[in-house]
Amino acid sequence: MEEVDVEPTTTLIPGIDYTQKHMGFVWGPGDILVYETKYKPTGAASALQGCPFVHLVRKDEDIYSPVLRKLFNESHHIFVGLQKINEDVPSKNKKAQFASISKNYRSVIRACMEELQQIAVSTRDTTLATKHGNQVSVLLAVELIWNLCEVLFIEAAPAGALLLHLLDWVRLHKADVDERARDVLQSESPTEHPAYWDMAISYVLQGRMDEARQVLAKQASVQPAARSMFKLLDSLLMKMPVYSPGGTQTLTEFDVKWRHWHEECNRCLQDSSFTSNRHLEAICKILVGDEDTLLEHKELLGTWYHFLVTRLLFSHPTVKPTELHYYAQSSLDMFLDSHGVPEPLDSILLAAFEFDIHQVIKDCSIALNNWWFVAHLTDLLDHCKLLQSHNLHFGSNLREFLLLEYASGLFTHHSLWQLAVDYFDHCPEFGRVYLELQIERVPLDTEHKALKVLRICEQRQMAEQVRSICKIMAKKALRNNRLGSALSWSIRAKDAAFATLISERFLQDYCTHGTFSDLDLIDNLGPAMLLSDRLTFLGALPWANQRVVWGQYREFHKLYGENRFSEAATLLLSLMTAKIAPQSFWMTLLTDALPLLEQRQVIFSADQTYELMHCLEELIAGKTPPNPDHPVQDEDIEATKIELLRLALSRNLALAIVKEGTVDV
Amino acid sequence: MECINAKFVSQKVSKTRWRPVPTGSLHPPDVFATGSWDNEDNKVSLWSIGEHGVSHMEDEFEGDPQLLCEYKHNGDVLDLHFLDQERIVTASSTGAVTIFRHHPNSQTLSVAQAWDKAHRFPCDNAPCTGLVCNSPEIVTVGEDGRVILFRADHKVPLRTIDNADSSTIHAVTFLRTTEVLTVNSIGQLKLWDFRQQGSDPSQILSLTGERVPLHCVDRHPNQQHIVATGGQDGMLCMWDVRQGSMPLSLMEAHSAEMWEVHFHPTNTDHLFTCSEDGSLLHWESSTNSSMPSFLQGGRNTSVMSRSAVHPAGGNQSLMSAWLGGDSSKGHLETTHMLPSQTLSVNSLDVIGQCLAGNEIGSLADVPV
Repeated sequence: MEEVDVEPTTTLIPGIDYTQKHMGFVWGPGDILVYETKYKPTGAASALQGCPFVHLVRKDEDIYSPVLRKLFNESHHIFVGLQKINEDVPSKNKKAQFASISKNYRSVIRACMEELQQIAVSTRDTTLATKHGNQVSVLLAVELIWNLCEVLFIEAAPAGALLLHLLDWVRLHKADVDERARDVLQSESPTEHPAYWDMAISYVLQGRMDEARQVLAKQASVQPAARSMFKLLDSLLMKMPVYSPGGTQTLTEFDVKWRHWHEECNRCLQDSSFTSNRHLEAICKILVGDEDTLLEHKELLGTWYHFLVTRLLFSHPTVKPTELHYYAQSSLDMFLDSHGVPEPLDSILLAAFEFDIHQVIKDCSIALNNWWFVAHLTDLLDHCKLLQSHNLHFGSNLREFLLLEYASGLFTHHSLWQLAVDYFDHCPEFGRVYLELQIERVPLDTEHKALKVLRICEQRQMAEQVRSICKIMAKKALRNNRLGSALSWSIRAKDAAFATLISERFLQDYCTHGTFSDLDLIDNLGPAMLLSDRLTFLGALPWANQRVVWGQYREFHKLYGENRFSEAATLLLSLMTAKIAPQSFWMTLLTDALPLLEQRQVIFSADQTYELMHCLEELIAGKTPPNPDHPVQDEDIEATKIELLRLALSRNLALAIVKEGTVDV
Repeated sequence: MECINAKFVSQKVSKTRWRPVPTGSLHPPDVFATGSWDNEDNKVSLWSIGEHGVSHMEDEFEGDPQLLCEYKHNGDVLDLHFLDQERIVTASSTGAVTIFRHHPNSQTLSVAQAWDKAHRFPCDNAPCTGLVCNSPEIVTVGEDGRVILFRADHKVPLRTIDNADSSTIHAVTFLRTTEVLTVNSIGQLKLWDFRQQGSDPSQILSLTGERVPLHCVDRHPNQQHIVATGGQDGMLCMWDVRQGSMPLSLMEAHSAEMWEVHFHPTNTDHLFTCSEDGSLLHWESSTNSSMPSFLQGGRNTSVMSRSAVHPAGGNQSLMSAWLGGDSSKGHLETTHMLPSQTLSVNSLDVIGQCLAGNEIGSLADVPV
């Protein structure tokens, strides 16, 4: 067995005393069922009271948050769009497309974050506010990681441009600089504000030179004596070279320019040009990349990765992607000093700087409580062809494994299950199997929902599941005595056996009530339907037969109703002699023949009457001895019927012989 | 197409309806109701777009629907209609029919009246699948094959047809004040006249040989004999209930179940359909001449023409353009109204000049 990466956390389940009792559990796709078992250690005779509860232990609560539903829904849309990106698109354009998709994902995260933030602020319920606050911080971290992965892996910017991207990244996630600046600038006298210098330095730390100059100009105007000093710094800030990736300048040219500027800054510092103002001196020290000065402003930097980016900006602006990890590690060590312990987020970011994608995904999987983030990120990176085939001990590749886990979680949700279908569709190896197993377990309360589930199955040619869903619906309809609906469902499922069962119920109903229920349905089955059924079910003759019986039996009633007696009589007889109708139904058919036998004119010929008699005797001969459980009354009725039939048959035979023997003159 | 207002609501929307505008009002409708399905707790919600008093300069999300009020609904909302300005009737998957009242002063909803288990099976709940209102009368249909006529403020149903159908009835619409038309899951249209006793329909129409379930039905606003239906195969059918039992025209519309079809109430050359395949279609036909003409414009357009049955006789000039869906001369222009979607558009509604379908499609929780 592999070692665990982190110690698993212990969850205590209220009501179960784990020191005394034993627990059993069952894994679900998202949840775990936990129950107390009856296990008793040998010799322990104490009759412990069993706990009647089954506990549902849920790892992921986010899926039930109404705000986060937006995240799941919107990202589903982006995911589906990503899968459709054509293979033929030249790889250069593809990179831009992937980057824009990555931005879409991030903007959804941001939107959810803002909404949660608003709710957290406006709610009075403190526990709820904390909960939302926690979700916001998780999303914040998620977005931070995603953005860094986007910069490093998807944009994969070369030296020069890389730093610009990292600067953007830091600026985006250290937005409090702007908030503070607004406070300061809106105050009565900004230059006197206690946070004035913090603001100015923060701008410099983020490489926002234009804003820094504007802010400093205010101070310069109130300190005319130090004017030249301010002017000098202003020119330094202004002259700081910035690499422009699209421009004509090569990286070497930029490097030379930057070194010149750097030296100039150094000179100013050695000249002691700024010694009279400690703030300006600090800014200049920052410009030359003095690490001690940077670390003095830990509070303003906030995080080690801000420190890293600022440090790179002022000492290694042409850093190559491959060198990043060295600076990252040292920045982390310097920033945390010796008292800090790196948090999960730190190690994830560090792994990203080391370009260890698998480590990033692994650490995120451990740190986050749901699969949303890793599944979508891995999928995107896989599309960018950044994941080498990573051997798992189970399942298929990493992308598919994570997508399956995520989608299975979605499927357990009472209303997000539809989203999961598209995820399964894009898992080539096991997606189908997962979907097959899950879709059968969707609770079907209404036909409306059943139709939606069926549509999903039919679109994917999942015949087995279609049959099972239709059968569930047919069973339900049958239980409620809705024979019409039941038959419709079994026809949709092309379920011959079940349709036969329902047909028999129809016939039984007729036998007991004497009328057909649901005539509208039977009539609507139509001849075309019969034909197509036969085509579909060459192997399912009994059912086709049943349908013929119906059709023909209905036909018989129609003919009888229209007073076309002789045709009706022939049809009725053929139902029995051709053995189309089941024997159990013969008594009904024979009883139906009674009125025909009692007609004034002779309808059944002598031969036909013989055949009817034969049928009757065959039926009686085949009868089992009287059942003692059967009510005597029923037996009596049966006997009377047979007697009546025999009488009618013999009378008819006599008339027929006379008629057939008479020569018409 | 240019201005689609999308609003994300954290629930699966099953039905959406504009509140009817008071007669004589020239304002487009600005309040609509939605019903949800397949959530742990379902709701009926009332939304408002663009309060007229609010200055539009400040509000950057002009027309963004704002939630007015909502009320918990037992079971899925399978259908929903406004009875009048203040009352909403819902059909529930529990078989209940409920009237909600909206109190505009306090912006709250309350249950005004409820018929629990109006539709029922011996063992289970029988979902009430559809309803139609003609104030004060309400007709509901359900999976139990019943057609029930209610009158608001009356406790007992006025009329119940118990064995109206042996299969599920999916939708119902009024033809005249005493006549309703139902569509069922074996492809039949049945005409019911409440003046007649007994449980037999006065007329049955169906597509011979096919048993494609029909999911929705709407009557032409002016010509009461013209009816549009949509079914499981996404086909749009036009029927003339006076003539024969066959549809007059068949048009391929969607690739999956058509959930709703609506004529534009005043501009009757326009028709709207939505479907499980995630599309919302706008159909246009022209009646200026006896021959329907092409209408230009609109992206994503495609000309639909499909075989149809000629109307047997009848006055051609009175015929609506919808019935001329004949391949030789009948051309309809259809326009996709929503950007491509993968999930179902469950409901649409259209009143006046506004098309609610726009919002609704995206109002839905990724429309489902």
